[in-house]
Amino acid sequence: MGDVALSIEQLTVEVEGREILHSIHLEMKLGETHVLFGPNGSGKTTLLMALMGFPKYRVTKGRIMFQGQDITRFSLDERARLGIGISFQRPPVVRGVKTRDMVAACLKGQEHEGRISQLAEKANLTDFLDREINYGFSGGEIKRSELMQLLAQRPTLTLIDEPESGVDLVNIALIGELINSLLEKDCPIPERRCMGLIITHTGHILDYVNARTGYVMCDGVIGCEGDPHEILATIREKGYQECIKCFLRRAPGGSEQIV
Amino acid sequence: MARNKSSKAHQDKARAAATKPATFGEDIDLDSYVGSADEQPYQTDPSKLPPAAKERMLEAGVILDDPRQRAGTFIQMDNAPVHSSVKQEGVEVMAISQALDRYDWLWDYWWQAVAVDTDKYTANVELNQYNGYFIRALPGYKTIYPVQACLYLAKARLAQNVHNIIIAEENSELHIITGCTTASEDEAGLHLGVSEFYIKRGAKVTFTMIHNWNPEVAVRPRSAAIVEENALFLSNYVLTKPVRSLQMYPTARCVGENAVVRFNSVLVAAPGSSLDVGSRVILNAKGAKTEIVARAITTGGSIVARGYVEGNAPDVRGHLECRGLILTGGGIIHAIPELKGTLAGIDLSHEAAVGKIAEEEVEYLMARGLTQNEATATIVRGFLRVDIEGLPPLLSAELQRAIQASEKDLM
Repeated sequence: MGDVALSIEQLTVEVEGREILHSIHLEMKLGETHVLFGPNGSGKTTLLMALMGFPKYRVTKGRIMFQGQDITRFSLDERARLGIGISFQRPPVVRGVKTRDMVAACLKGQEHEGRISQLAEKANLTDFLDREINYGFSGGEIKRSELMQLLAQRPTLTLIDEPESGVDLVNIALIGELINSLLEKDCPIPERRCMGLIITHTGHILDYVNARTGYVMCDGVIGCEGDPHEILATIREKGYQECIKCFLRRAPGGSEQIV
Repeated sequence: MARNKSSKAHQDKARAAATKPATFGEDIDLDSYVGSADEQPYQTDPSKLPPAAKERMLEAGVILDDPRQRAGTFIQMDNAPVHSSVKQEGVEVMAISQALDRYDWLWDYWWQAVAVDTDKYTANVELNQYNGYFIRALPGYKTIYPVQACLYLAKARLAQNVHNIIIAEENSELHIITGCTTASEDEAGLHLGVSEFYIKRGAKVTFTMIHNWNPEVAVRPRSAAIVEENALFLSNYVLTKPVRSLQMYPTARCVGENAVVRFNSVLVAAPGSSLDVGSRVILNAKGAKTEIVARAITTGGSIVARGYVEGNAPDVRGHLECRGLILTGGGIIHAIPELKGTLAGIDLSHEAAVGKIAEEEVEYLMARGLTQNEATATIVRGFLRVDIEGLPPLLSAELQRAIQASEKDLM
């Protein structure tokens, strides 16, 4: 395996003056996919938003190293251009801006009509290209549209927020396929140039996308780290309540293995 | 022109209304403008007009160098018609004075859609009229390319009073693009334009008006359409350049069953511009329907965006939509949508929203790699994009081009 390409070091993040993430540490190498589990409100989305660089998510301590560069003070769009992309859980509707415009924006510099149609076909969204982005889209359509845009953008680090939420069984298989394509799962691991960090509340996406490492976030810290399938089995069996209890038993420690 | 034929009744009414202020908008002092201008020579080939004038006309959608894209052309400079020509069979394009001389029956349409005593502006057009255009599609003829008309204000402080009549005979199809502009970018002027549309049974008219004035010009268009059974009137209005004061409230009356009217307006108010623009549709026949869409942006000017739909017949439908975007401080957008229903079984609705660009939307686009300026421009471009059903692709593309030309001024 290659060198560490993403290193989150003692990251503390506050939102509107309130500290949400406390001293998060996480490392990822190219080719890897990691998943973040955790109950609602545990800080999973905050971590993704802070990594992406949304201004509301203010880093007060620690740093983010991405491919050898300290990007902690980089703006949102600078990070996007450096190779970080995000699939939103609930992206906004932008009236008048068409899905096609968004894909074209993601293809910036290498845009051509053929590529847009090809991606739309792959995401089963051909009929959505001329619709206003996210306007009246179902849960599955939103996820597919987000992933289609990311397939155009081709980020090195892909952040995916709850790919399975609000999605039916038919859609989730296609969503899994799109994520696998985005994370180059068809390539041998050493040849992959991408990595992914996926938030999952239910873990369903793991039936479709393989991940190397899992984390459980509790109350703004990473409560434990381990094999994602084992973590998921524990969560399914005992629920997040047990994770929280286990975490509290170990507090203020932090990084022992739960499984 | 044949002034003697305009009935005494019209003249009397006009005289009685000569000082009657308009219901809306700032009162314009008509005496501060001059009423006559030097004669302009007739141009057989409009591409020979001075390049500077052609450039201003082009900004208002009037193409003079490539006549293949037009079914006909009419150009009036100040008060003189300087060119009229037709390239397609079944279409008539000429100065209104010429048309009144040629067709006695045209007097039957004179002031039938717009009341001559609406206000002092309509009255003034009757009392001091300086031409205008007549465009007509003969029964059953369908134009492919649009007819273009340009009203050009060359002389400083001139009051340009025009009276236009547009007739689409039964089952005809007529596309019109009309551009109004000035020679000067800073001289005062006044444009009073009366336009009367008669859209007969089964006919279709698309009317796209692009205004390209300057920050000292006052404009008071007075338009009305009478739309018969199964006919369609589609009116698009674009104003993205500065103007001192513009007030208009065109009215369409659906008098035949299943008549359809759509009004689309794109308005941009720069600092110092005062716009009071509305669209009014009266649904007087069974099954008639309408849709009014307005997009308003202010970069410091003031916009009153009005809309009025009245349903007086069974099974009529109407929807009003007004969205306003305040890009910078100091601008005002006042949306006033009104609905009036006078019987059961009608369906009228409206939606209006005024605000700034949502940060969340800008950030969404920035997360795809666009800079803040690019993201804002993309959102504004999207905001101004009005997809107009029924507009020929050529006109649709030209309309988008006219709108996009303003984008750089907005950023």
